[in-house]
Amino acid sequence: MSRLFKKYEEVLPIRVIDDIKDNIPDKITDARLKQILDKAVLQYESMKVMPGESVGIVGAESIGEPGTQMTLNTFHFAGVAEMNVTMGLPRIIEILDGKKNIQTPMMEIYLKKPYSQGKDIKKIALSIKETKLDEIVLEIMVNIAESKIELVFDEQKIESIGTDYSIIQKAIKSSFKNLAISKKGNVISLKMSEKEKEINELFKTKEKIKDIYIQGVKGIKQVLPIKKDGEFLIVTAGTNMKKVMELDYVDKTRIMSNDIFEIANIFGIEAARQAVINEVYKVIQNQGLNVDIRHLMLVSDTMCASGTIKGVTRYGVVKEKASVLARASFETPIKHIFNASQIGEIDNLSSVVENVMLNQPVPVGTGLPGLITKVKRD
Amino acid sequence: MENEEIPVFKKVDKIEFNVLSPAIVKKMSSAKVVTPELYDKEGYPVDGGLMDARLGVIDPGLRCKTCGAKLKECPGHFGYISLARPVMHIKLIGEVYDLLRSTCRDCGRILIPKAKIEKCMDELKNAEMEGGLEERRRKIKEIISKLKTVNKCPYCKARQQKITLEKPTTFLENEKRISPIEVRTRLERITDEDCFVFGINPKSVRPEWMVLTILPIPPVTMRPSITLESGERSEDDLTHKLGDIVRINQRLFENINAGAPEIIIEDLWDLLQYHVTTFFDNNIAQLPPARHRSGDPLKTLTERIKSKEGRIRHNLAGKRTNFSARTVISPDPLLDLNEVGIPEIMAMKLTVPERVNDWNMEYLKKFVEKGPNKYPGSNYVARPDGKKKKITDETKEQLLEEIQPGYIIERHLMDGDIALFNRQPSLHRMSMMCHKIRVLPGKTLRMNPTVCHPYNADFDGDEMNLHIPQTEEARAEAEILMMVQTQLISPRYGLSIIGCIQDAVSGNYLLTKEAKYLRKDAIDLLVSAGITEFSKLRKKEFVTGKEIFSVIIPDDFNFQGKSKACKNCDKCKKENCEYDCYVSIQDGKLISGIIDSSNIGSGKGMMLRNIHKKYGEKKAIDMIAAMFKLGTEVLLKRGFTIGISDVDLPEEAIEKIQAVLDKAKIDVKEMIDEYHNEKMQALPGRTLKETLELRILEMLNKARNDTGKIVSEYSRRETHMLIMSESGARGNLLNLAQMAACVGQQAMRGKRIEKGYEDRTLSCFKKGDLGSSSHGFIAEGFKRGLSPHEFFFASMTGRDSLMDTALRTPKSGYLYRRLANALQDLKVEYDDTVRDSNKKIVQFEYGEDKIDVSKSDGGIIDVKNIINLK
Repeated sequence: MSRLFKKYEEVLPIRVIDDIKDNIPDKITDARLKQILDKAVLQYESMKVMPGESVGIVGAESIGEPGTQMTLNTFHFAGVAEMNVTMGLPRIIEILDGKKNIQTPMMEIYLKKPYSQGKDIKKIALSIKETKLDEIVLEIMVNIAESKIELVFDEQKIESIGTDYSIIQKAIKSSFKNLAISKKGNVISLKMSEKEKEINELFKTKEKIKDIYIQGVKGIKQVLPIKKDGEFLIVTAGTNMKKVMELDYVDKTRIMSNDIFEIANIFGIEAARQAVINEVYKVIQNQGLNVDIRHLMLVSDTMCASGTIKGVTRYGVVKEKASVLARASFETPIKHIFNASQIGEIDNLSSVVENVMLNQPVPVGTGLPGLITKVKRD
Repeated sequence: MENEEIPVFKKVDKIEFNVLSPAIVKKMSSAKVVTPELYDKEGYPVDGGLMDARLGVIDPGLRCKTCGAKLKECPGHFGYISLARPVMHIKLIGEVYDLLRSTCRDCGRILIPKAKIEKCMDELKNAEMEGGLEERRRKIKEIISKLKTVNKCPYCKARQQKITLEKPTTFLENEKRISPIEVRTRLERITDEDCFVFGINPKSVRPEWMVLTILPIPPVTMRPSITLESGERSEDDLTHKLGDIVRINQRLFENINAGAPEIIIEDLWDLLQYHVTTFFDNNIAQLPPARHRSGDPLKTLTERIKSKEGRIRHNLAGKRTNFSARTVISPDPLLDLNEVGIPEIMAMKLTVPERVNDWNMEYLKKFVEKGPNKYPGSNYVARPDGKKKKITDETKEQLLEEIQPGYIIERHLMDGDIALFNRQPSLHRMSMMCHKIRVLPGKTLRMNPTVCHPYNADFDGDEMNLHIPQTEEARAEAEILMMVQTQLISPRYGLSIIGCIQDAVSGNYLLTKEAKYLRKDAIDLLVSAGITEFSKLRKKEFVTGKEIFSVIIPDDFNFQGKSKACKNCDKCKKENCEYDCYVSIQDGKLISGIIDSSNIGSGKGMMLRNIHKKYGEKKAIDMIAAMFKLGTEVLLKRGFTIGISDVDLPEEAIEKIQAVLDKAKIDVKEMIDEYHNEKMQALPGRTLKETLELRILEMLNKARNDTGKIVSEYSRRETHMLIMSESGARGNLLNLAQMAACVGQQAMRGKRIEKGYEDRTLSCFKKGDLGSSSHGFIAEGFKRGLSPHEFFFASMTGRDSLMDTALRTPKSGYLYRRLANALQDLKVEYDDTVRDSNKKIVQFEYGEDKIDVSKSDGGIIDVKNIINLK
């Protein structure tokens, strides 16, 4: 049986073969299977795209048309314990624009075996979260008379994130070398050196101290352990895949981020291509719309074809167009025409708009084939 | 008849973009413009003026002095002005600036040593790939400053000065002005090889051409003057601007020749520069725009080309057309899906050209005989040489005699002619489909209501457009590629986009649910639905609705599917489903299941898709039409209406709903108390207040859903409201629950309503009230009516959603435009790869499996169907 499947792998897409494998009854004769496979081949052949088909326009239509039906609503709560995520039209625009800084960066961190069952889940989550000094102090007192800053710490919080005073002291020391540090109970006091006794400086230092990095992964602003399909995972606001993957309880094979540029930097362009498809598809599904994934693939492929992610803007994909007139008809026509004239650019009229402009048939679909024949002239 | 010309079809092969050199400008000009005067006393164009007859004609009757052609035949000819002193070209000022800064002031060589040029070229090429020409120039500056040759030329060792650009058009070297003459001489010195470093092709533009010594004058045909009613002439903006240029230019000439002081010449020179600059672009940041006497700014060259209303997007990428019509649309279920009903007046204005030959001469003569005012007549007769004659009562006789093979008659539209039907916004290809004409009485365009969905049309005053293709090729292409039946399957998701809607859905639902008819009534029903072949109907006294529906199914059709009401039970009982939700068609007989929107509706279900696949497009639209007629006919015979009593609930249900709402209110109150007593546990990553809000929201939504469930449980099965929502014809259970029981929480931006007064939403509440009703929970249903504050909250969200729509439309429109522009030239090549117009490969196989979505079963090959087939 498997030999039969093997034979058909060349003529049928793998997905179809897998589908057939899943759906045929357990006991089936080879003859019957062959019959089914032949029928599938027949149908597949009839479903193939024809040369000349303007798949680009169809793809643009298929994404553009339902765009009017999407919500502008940025936020999305599916339940009580969900995070705010950019959704709907703004998210699609964000992805297709190729924006480097997205509105709500997010990660899904899957964990390795014992942890994924819920072991120390809260602790792990908190240790990933970026903690700044500001979050673990109860109070910051400024003693102007003695030019001293006193930090009163929240012992409970320190314990819950699993750090201790020595780490904190070290952290402060490393960023402020000229402060004298002394500790008394849950209070750490910092004394300014004689030279910079000014009050102004004192308050500036106080503000800076708040920002001292204590522990966690930089860029992770919020963590949320959730249970999905009988498994615990951590959802974060803010991304930093590189650092998170270095942690040894993290399942590196399944980590996900919604920041496409981050994915491109770490995993390469092919991964980024898939990420664009997945992210756009997620939004479209979420809006209850039905768009075939092939259209998204095409958009994603055009964005990634050059090796870097190019947004669907006048600075990105459109700039790469071969035709001057096609570029000019999009945006900033004057600039394009002047630049073209300087390098003596030639427009070969090989795509759509240029030919529309000149009232000529477009070389797409039925306009593609030409007829060559000998004409008798007298 | 004159000599019949052999038609030559020429196609533009390519367009090359270059900068006009002074020599070419002179060569292509047919007149030199020397005087700002336009017309002489008699009103004829002055020789050497801006309206010179050699530049083309805009007056009827006159002939062009250059080509001898009349108005509309002569395309116009360029002229030129020779400028007394050179001026800068505003659009090339940036390039000139870069060239000046990067080349030696004495020898004109680029400030990169010869040895390093090769290496730099690679770097520059990369920069150009990344960021275009501008980036390349920036990179040159970088390289030069890195090589530290800024101060000294590596070739002639001359010391370099700092050059700055004082916007918009003045160059300064060490605070001293460089005149355009000096700029030009410097640019002349730049060698051709060095030009390539800048990414400039010296064949298309020599640097010195960027300083204008000679200005081309556009032909008068592109700046026609309009004659006002008073007989006065009003000149085009461009002519005005050119007049200014010529006037100042002449003055400058005279002053130079008279040996006027330098200051005066300088001033005039600057003025000339200003006029030339604004002639090209009247929107330069540092310059005041040139204005009319009335005060509004002139529209000069750049403004003509730019933006949506500019030449490119308005006239070139989008065009206007004849042979089109537009009016209000209205429904007509008696038309076929691929027909469009047009009013007779329209049919008499729109025409189809038909060529006379020996066989159709008599037939076509009849149209000419009837003339333009009687239907079906004709409006024009065209001779083979292209001369068109209007048919009137006077010319009719003569034309009738004249007609012979080869003549073309533009006859009125008739039934069966081809037309393109379109509704804006044309978001996808189904927004413009081909229909066959049916000339009908009335004044609106008529269409079958099933094609509303692809057009996204309704009949609340929508207007649609109609186009009549005029050539045989256009008609053939329209019929083969754009006919309604060819567009059945949406390329967006691969399912039928045309299906039964509204009454047709509820009609078929009622028919196939449990209806029973006398056989003769059934036949009556089928006949009124236009079905005359009903031998399939069993010869019994009573027949069921399912049997009636089976009559329109082909005999060898097999199908298994689910109804909308399917509860997704763990184990499907198939044909014995207690809700009758398993649609099973065996050998053309509907065995079980209720036919509803999930099977025959548009955009859903495989039933229509399978019919289309098995029997082809013609049969598919015929069946949709038959189902539609059958459904509406059922309702016509049965009667179908809704009323307020449809949302009446029994006493018991009302009590239950009240109990749910009361409980929710108390629960919310308890939660608020908990919050105030700080007994509440905050959710991870949230503040206490946020936690409270989220939990209240969850609670109230649950309460609303619970009331909804009660409503669906207690409302009478037979109310038409419920039938509509259950069949999927219109409305859903939520709408029903909102009318009968409780409208629910009004949410803005995913939160309860919180805006308004200080610490409260409306002045009728206490400050700090966190309760359900004060933050937008509407406990009343639409039927009982809303209390004033509830009504106010409902209006708030209502307006919010209106804003949302208004803001979304342009945003998504722009996204669409960008997508369409980026993807427009992608097509499948003969080797199955997807490539752009550059022949760059984007995909090796379309969609990874070469499947065309519009030919697939919802994007995949329906394997189950193949296996089930024998």
